[in-house]
Amino acid sequence: MSSLPLVSNAAPGRFAVSAWPTLVFQRLSAMPKLAGVTPASRLEVRPAPQMVSSGVGEIDALTGGLPRGCLTEVCGPASSGRTSVLLAALAAATQRQEVCALVDISDAFNPCSAAAAGVNFEKMLWVRCGFQKSGSPQRHRDTEKNKIIGKPVEQALRVTDLLLQSGGFGLVIIDLGDTPLKMARRIPLTSWFRFQRAVEHTATVLFVISQVPCAQTCAALLLKVSGEKLSALSCQLSEKTSPTHALLLNGLQVQGELLRSRLERKPAGSVTSAFTTKVRAG
Amino acid sequence: MPFACIFVPDFPVEALLRAEPELRARSLAVLEGKVPLQKVFAANENARRAGVSPGMTKLQIEACAGLALRVRSLPQEAAAHAALLDCAQSFSPRVEAAGCDTIVLDLAGLQPLFGPLPEIARALARRASGLGLEASVAVAGNPDTAVLAARGFSGVTVIHEGKEAEQLGSLPVEVLFGNPAQASAQLLETFSRWGIRKLRDLAALPDVALSERLGQAGIDLQKLARGTTSRTLVPIEPPLIFEEVIELEYPLVLLEPLAFLLRQLLEQLCARLEARALATQELRLGLELENGWQTEEVGTGNSAHTGRAQARLFQRTLRLPVPLLDSRTFLKLLQLDLKAHPPGAPIVKIHLAAESVRPRAAQNGLFLPPSPEPEKLELTLARIAGIVGEDKVGSLELLDTHRPGGFLMQRFAPGLFSPQRHRATEKTNNKRSADASAPLCLCGDGLVTALRIFRPPVDVVVTMQEGKPASINCPKRKEIQGTILWAAGPWRSSGDWWEQEGWARDEWDIAVQGEIGIALYRLVRDLLGAGWFVEGTYD
Repeated sequence: MSSLPLVSNAAPGRFAVSAWPTLVFQRLSAMPKLAGVTPASRLEVRPAPQMVSSGVGEIDALTGGLPRGCLTEVCGPASSGRTSVLLAALAAATQRQEVCALVDISDAFNPCSAAAAGVNFEKMLWVRCGFQKSGSPQRHRDTEKNKIIGKPVEQALRVTDLLLQSGGFGLVIIDLGDTPLKMARRIPLTSWFRFQRAVEHTATVLFVISQVPCAQTCAALLLKVSGEKLSALSCQLSEKTSPTHALLLNGLQVQGELLRSRLERKPAGSVTSAFTTKVRAG
Repeated sequence: MPFACIFVPDFPVEALLRAEPELRARSLAVLEGKVPLQKVFAANENARRAGVSPGMTKLQIEACAGLALRVRSLPQEAAAHAALLDCAQSFSPRVEAAGCDTIVLDLAGLQPLFGPLPEIARALARRASGLGLEASVAVAGNPDTAVLAARGFSGVTVIHEGKEAEQLGSLPVEVLFGNPAQASAQLLETFSRWGIRKLRDLAALPDVALSERLGQAGIDLQKLARGTTSRTLVPIEPPLIFEEVIELEYPLVLLEPLAFLLRQLLEQLCARLEARALATQELRLGLELENGWQTEEVGTGNSAHTGRAQARLFQRTLRLPVPLLDSRTFLKLLQLDLKAHPPGAPIVKIHLAAESVRPRAAQNGLFLPPSPEPEKLELTLARIAGIVGEDKVGSLELLDTHRPGGFLMQRFAPGLFSPQRHRATEKTNNKRSADASAPLCLCGDGLVTALRIFRPPVDVVVTMQEGKPASINCPKRKEIQGTILWAAGPWRSSGDWWEQEGWARDEWDIAVQGEIGIALYRLVRDLLGAGWFVEGTYD
């Protein structure tokens, strides 16, 4: 780059201090390579993503809903209510007539629970990952490829990639709920970046449930849920004398905590909300 | 009333060139007959220039350098004839099949639609070329004149009204008899002795004298030569059968070269369907397989028919949820299907058929929810099925039973958008958003506690105390171990006891202290098998 002398011919003290920035900008704009560069102050602000209902009023109040074109992650241990939130989001999306896809890594989806939650099965694509029982002779030759395809997590990543590249889905869910922590953490960050880039500028909500946060900075919204002690359970724990057939599991009390939101920039852990789930048929 | 004629010169050659267009620039001869006595049935222009003519034996022409030899294929000729009919039907509903290589169509009333007659003739030639057939097209005031002009002149010809005799005059008299092999030898010899070579010579003969010598046949031929015949077109209604066949010279072992041939067939099928303004929802692929153990006995002859007595058929059917007309999508779907289900033996014949349906006529609105494009979705589903297995992808349907796990996997077809349902949902949403105090929950009166299923169920050892489970031990899962803090149940259910697959079970809801907190499980005791297992966890 050729250097352009700014004040080479100017005598010291010739320009007023206030005139310096103007002169610099004029000189810079005269340079052909810098003429097309937009100053940071003039950059357009990225438009806020459209928010859709998660199906849970408390979560919507907490986060504003689920952002389209972004990755939303809900994490929590077993019996914390992650799957209940998943089903609520699925039900809400299918009732909006959107086509949804569920990538079920551990094949744990219960159709009866989903039906009770109000999921429209016509609009839901269910992909059950797992080991393939048999294959063609041609596949058996390629043992290295078989190893990759045989792993449920690898299958899920490939399937998710295909679904996102295909486009047109309103909600794509990756269920990592029963995936061991060691395997979930082994998912490379580049995969999450790839997924995030694939859904960017689309109307797809990418929804992930897991035991611990996996997508890290790729998640626009990170929600942690934890199951509080059941109201029914906690009161019955002290009443061990009651016959078991007189007891009933009423539901879960779920505590939701917003760990990260790229949309509102709230401090981590500052916002919490609680809601309950009910046991129904199935 | 104008008529057009589409004529395909060297039809047997053109029928084979549809499957192998790369041979068009080479010399090609088509053989017919049994293996030792094969003779040339037809040849293209390059082969004729090299000295090949119909009737020559295979031994005589084998010395010609660069000459490609193919065996005559009647199925491929039938497919080419059907394609020719489709080409004509795409312009006019009144179509007559004057021969396997000749089609006549009525052009009355088509000029406002397609333009002047020369333009229509050029469009016909283009459409035939798009279907893989290089045809001559002629337009005239009567069908017979159009046929003569198409047979005699190559390219596009328009015979103007009143100038039929003048324009046809330069044609040889052999044109009157169509295929030279079928020409009446006696009449031709008579004309030759009279010194009549061209149609103008025949047209100039006096009528009475010609009638005295040749009878009514002579008068009819003279009318043809003058272009003054008048007859009614005999239209046919070609059936909507779309089939393409390739008989292979050598058996195909790998799937990759098969894809090239499938692409040719699919492009031709799609072009034919497009010509009839149709699409397809079902593709049937039939592969005739060779019994590999028999090939050594029959040797390596050129004939595709010899020694294939033990051939068997391998069939695959591709059903699509919506009508499509995209050869690339079809090819990819067939490739994925064949990759998942390889034929298992060398292929000697490929048969591809499409079930025609009306094309999809749906236009979605601007503000409707997103949905995947059907073509892309089909490809994506096929690719996913290749990764996880065919039975593990799709939408599910609940069965009308109390048996646990009563559901079916079925093909995923999101279906068309229902504006009424969408409006109803929007109304509900608007009502809820107006009432800010009401909790926004679309699933009805509360959030449902989900059950995550363990597939297969986890076998556990349960210790009972006072008739209820007290502790649980699972060797496979460390988290399902320890004292049961809380239990509710049993909830007994049974069913199908009148059948062999009867079931009976007791269900318990239990709470177990885990590493992080309390976890809730559904514990089941199989009353018929007398075993305990954990069916899933509440989450």
